[in-house]
This record gives sequence, C-alpha cells and structure tokens, in this order.
Amino acid sequence: MGMTMTEKILAHAAGLPEVHPGQLIMADLDMVLGNDITSPVAIKEFPRFGKERVFDRDRIALVPDHFTPNKDIKAAQQCACVRAFAEKEGITNYFEVGRVGIEHALLPEQGLVTAGDAVIGADSHTCTYGALGAFSTGVGSTDMAAGMAIGKAWFKVPSTIRFNLTGRLGRNVSGKDLILSIIGMIGVDGALYRAMEFSGEGVHSLSMDDRFTIANMAIEAGGKNGIFPVDEKTLEYLKEHGAKEPRIFSSDPDAEYERTIDIDLSTIVPTVSYPHLPENTHSAKEGRDIRIDQVVIGSCTNGRLSDLEAAAAILKGRKIAPWVRCIVIPATQRIWLEAMHEGLFDIFVEAGCVVSTPTCGPCLGGYMGILSEGERCVSTTNRNFVGRMGHVKSEVYLASPATAAASAVTGFITDPEEVCNEG
Amino acid sequence: MKAEGRVFRYGDNVDTDVIIPARYLNTSDRKELASHCMEDIDASFVKNVHDGDIIVAGRNFGCGSSREHAPIAIKESGISCVIASTFARIFFRNSINIGLPILECPEASAEIEAGDKVSVDFATGIIKDETTGREYRAEPFPPFMQSLIEAGGLVPYIKENY
Repeated sequence: MGMTMTEKILAHAAGLPEVHPGQLIMADLDMVLGNDITSPVAIKEFPRFGKERVFDRDRIALVPDHFTPNKDIKAAQQCACVRAFAEKEGITNYFEVGRVGIEHALLPEQGLVTAGDAVIGADSHTCTYGALGAFSTGVGSTDMAAGMAIGKAWFKVPSTIRFNLTGRLGRNVSGKDLILSIIGMIGVDGALYRAMEFSGEGVHSLSMDDRFTIANMAIEAGGKNGIFPVDEKTLEYLKEHGAKEPRIFSSDPDAEYERTIDIDLSTIVPTVSYPHLPENTHSAKEGRDIRIDQVVIGSCTNGRLSDLEAAAAILKGRKIAPWVRCIVIPATQRIWLEAMHEGLFDIFVEAGCVVSTPTCGPCLGGYMGILSEGERCVSTTNRNFVGRMGHVKSEVYLASPATAAASAVTGFITDPEEVCNEG
Repeated sequence: MKAEGRVFRYGDNVDTDVIIPARYLNTSDRKELASHCMEDIDASFVKNVHDGDIIVAGRNFGCGSSREHAPIAIKESGISCVIASTFARIFFRNSINIGLPILECPEASAEIEAGDKVSVDFATGIIKDETTGREYRAEPFPPFMQSLIEAGGLVPYIKENY
C-alpha cells in the first residue's frame, strides 16, 4: 500500500520505512518555533528537562510578533524573557522588533523551512508551511520546550483527506475564499486530527501566497496539517528565499485517503464567515445589509504582498466609508518595504486607511484595533470566535483582502466585484 | 486515580479564546490565568468552581489557538477532569503533556447535565453520574499516551526516556 506525502515525511522524520494512520511515532524536528505568548511558558519548562543547552541553536526560531512592539508592561516582561533566553542559548533565529514579522510569513520568507521538513511551532497556525511541502503543525508550549531540549516530538500519524482541485479561481476570488468555503463545507471539526492534502491539477494555478493562506487555515477545520505537493512554483519560491535543499515527497498513486473531496475552483465565490465560527460561511453578496465599523487587512493568513496588492487594487482612487476604520498590517518588514516601493501605502493612506508595523495585534484582540461592544469588523484574519478581537459582544467577519477592501469602501459587507464594476 | 465533583456543562466548539481570552496572555502566571478561566463564555465559572469539579462539553472542545494557557487555566482553577465528545487536537496533546485528565466519551457528553455529581475512575475509564445513576465508559488511551500520563506528563517522560 502506498503512502501519502504526510505519511512519507513523518516516516522519514521518525527513521522508519513506513508509517500508517493511527501509529504513534517520535519524530526528529527540522525547526521548533515559538512566539512571545507561548515561548515564556516553554522557557519556564525548559530547565525541567535537565539539558544544559538547546538541541540545536540553528533549528529554533523565536519570533516575538504577537504583542510587539510591546503593548504594555506585562508584554514587555514576556518579550524580555524570550530575549534573555535567546541570548543565553545563542539562538540564531531570534528576531527583534525592526527585523521581526508575523512568524508564519517570516519563516518561509527567511528560508527557514523547506520541502520535506518536519516542523512544530507553539502557535496553531504553524500548519502554514505545508504550502512548501513540509509537515508542519501547531503544538503547545511543553511540546515546544521538549522540542528545544531533544529536537523531537511525538505524533499520531494522521489519516488524510484529499481535496482534489480542478479549474481556476475567478477574478477577485482568492485562496482565502477557497479555504473559507472548504471550512464551510466540512465544518470546524471536519478534518479533526487529519491531514488536509490539497492536490489535483488546479493546485498549480494557485500562487504561493494563496497556498500559504489555505494551509494556514487547516487548523480552522480541526486539521493537524495542511499540505501541498511540491511543484515548480514551490521550488522557485524556496530558491528565491535561500531555503536549504528541498526533500521532495509525493503521495503515491495508491496512497490511502480517508476521503476525497472534489472542488472546481471556478465555482468558488467571494466568501465571508459570519460570527462566531469560521464554518458560518455566506457569499459576500449576501452581506450587503450588514454595516461595519472596522476592517483589518493583515495577519499570518493574509498579510503578504499579493494580499496587500489585492486590497490596493480595490482601494485605488477610492475612499473608505466615513464611519469605517481600516487598519492595514504588512506581515513582515520585507513585505512592508515592497508595499511601500510599489506605492501601495499612498493608495491606502489616500483612501483613509492606517498602515501599521508588522504585528499579530488585533487578530487575537491584543491591541492595534480592539472592538467595542456591538462593533463589527471585516477581517482578513483567521478566527471569529466570541471576543476574539475585543468586547464579547463585538463581531468578526472573516474575508479575503479584496472583500475586506470592498467592504471598507461601502461600509457594508460587499462583494469586490460590485466595487470594481462601479468603475 | 479518581475524580469526583459537580459538573459545569458547555456546548460544542468551546474555543481556547473563551477558555482564556488573549487579552490575559500577557502573563504566564497560573493563578492569574485561572482567575479569568472561561470568562467570556461563563462569567460566573471562577466564582462557582470548587476543587474536583468536572467540565462536560460537546464536540471539538479546546479548538482554536495552541495556547497551553487554556488547559493550565482549567487545571489551576481546580477542575479535575474534562469530559467531551471530542477534543481539538492541540488542546488534547497539551492536556496530556501537562497532566490535565481528559476523557472522550460521546454518550457521557450527551447525557450528563450541569450540576450533576459525577465520579471518574481513570484506571477503568468508568464515568458515573451519581445524580442519575448512569454509567459510561470512555475510550482507553493508547499505551504510549498512557505511559505519558503515568509518568506525570511530557517533561518527566522525556527526562526518563531521552
């Protein structure tokens, strides 16, 4: 019986000829990640393992991105804890404010993950790197501490759901609309404990940024990891970002899938997830009567250059509605510079948006755009749980950058096509 | 190991943002985290919870963020066990890793009511609703996870074996 690419990567990482769904394995890790929220807990646990040093100072990434630049004294204390640990252990991949970006945009950009890697991160959206053909999954702080101590983690080998993609996405439709549609289709636990493999001829038309967005939200369907086959676009991306030599694993033709779901990309429309679960999906068109107060464009899901370009294409020469606050957050410093050089900031600022330094900030109700009671936000982030972006009686509507930008213009949830067609 | 207590009952898809809202994640102090446990879904939880009490919930308990602060807050608040129909995977492994007892049992999850007195025998997986007299059996953990639990969590397990 053949294996899926997830199974092959896990078998390789565990030093086994083959693995099967349900099998419990100890796997060697290529990268262990933590941020300013999860690392302090791991750093506290680390001495309990009785190891003098971390397993490999080059294979740990400490990315203080959530509440930075420090939002308050307590956040400053947490960052100081991470900084001191990074210094003491000589961690190569520690990123200070000024270099730091949102972790899941930053690691691929810095070439720190390559195809075939096994990666854990103490952040649930670590599944993002599946876009590069890696096995990558979110864990908690104790797993991160163990990973830093011995370079290993335990896994139950997941069974795989295959999403067989055909066709191409239409105009103003993005990877975000696809993944929201999938979550709407299978539910927030539709892929619980499972690998989500996105393959089929339609995959090749998806940009790397779209693939990052799609893999990023596998966790929102309960998935253990999201994964894409390695193709020319992947190899080009890895080369361009100086990643180490890829190890290419492909699913065998006779690999066993728990199920296969066929999706014609041309049928996907601009999609919005209503409060308070990502599975509450509606077409953007249906939301025309829902008046909004804020728009956030950014995050590990949609803060990459093509996301900002998609938003700017809608906002160019237009003004956002007078009652709307629109916060644009490029995910990394490099993206920030590129967006600035492309003139996107002129478009944003002239439209009435504000542009922030890279931070996770508002996505998890940290800072930089907290909602008051009763306020509604259209956000390109990944979660719309109760109280996620502020007051427990505030509401978050998840959408693509194009839909978010169109909604900022009208002040109501709006399909980007409507704004484009108005000329 | 056994647990006994009164039940706090919640529905499906209880996410880690309501278990411990991110606005309190600027600390890793266990007591401080526990003082905000379940705040956004049940503001009276912290006031009413007693040592030994049990949470019973529906599907996909602990979904969302990987924050270990969530099982830490629950454990530190005095909860002795969480019973759910299913758990989100990161919450599941975090709980095992830090030694918060959790049990998957769809039948118990469907029938046990808020305020019931429930006892749990972790050795046998038997959950007894003392209020209704009904008994349920949870799925046993695979041997590897059992050894993690018996070692007292991931840290002592790794220390012993690596």
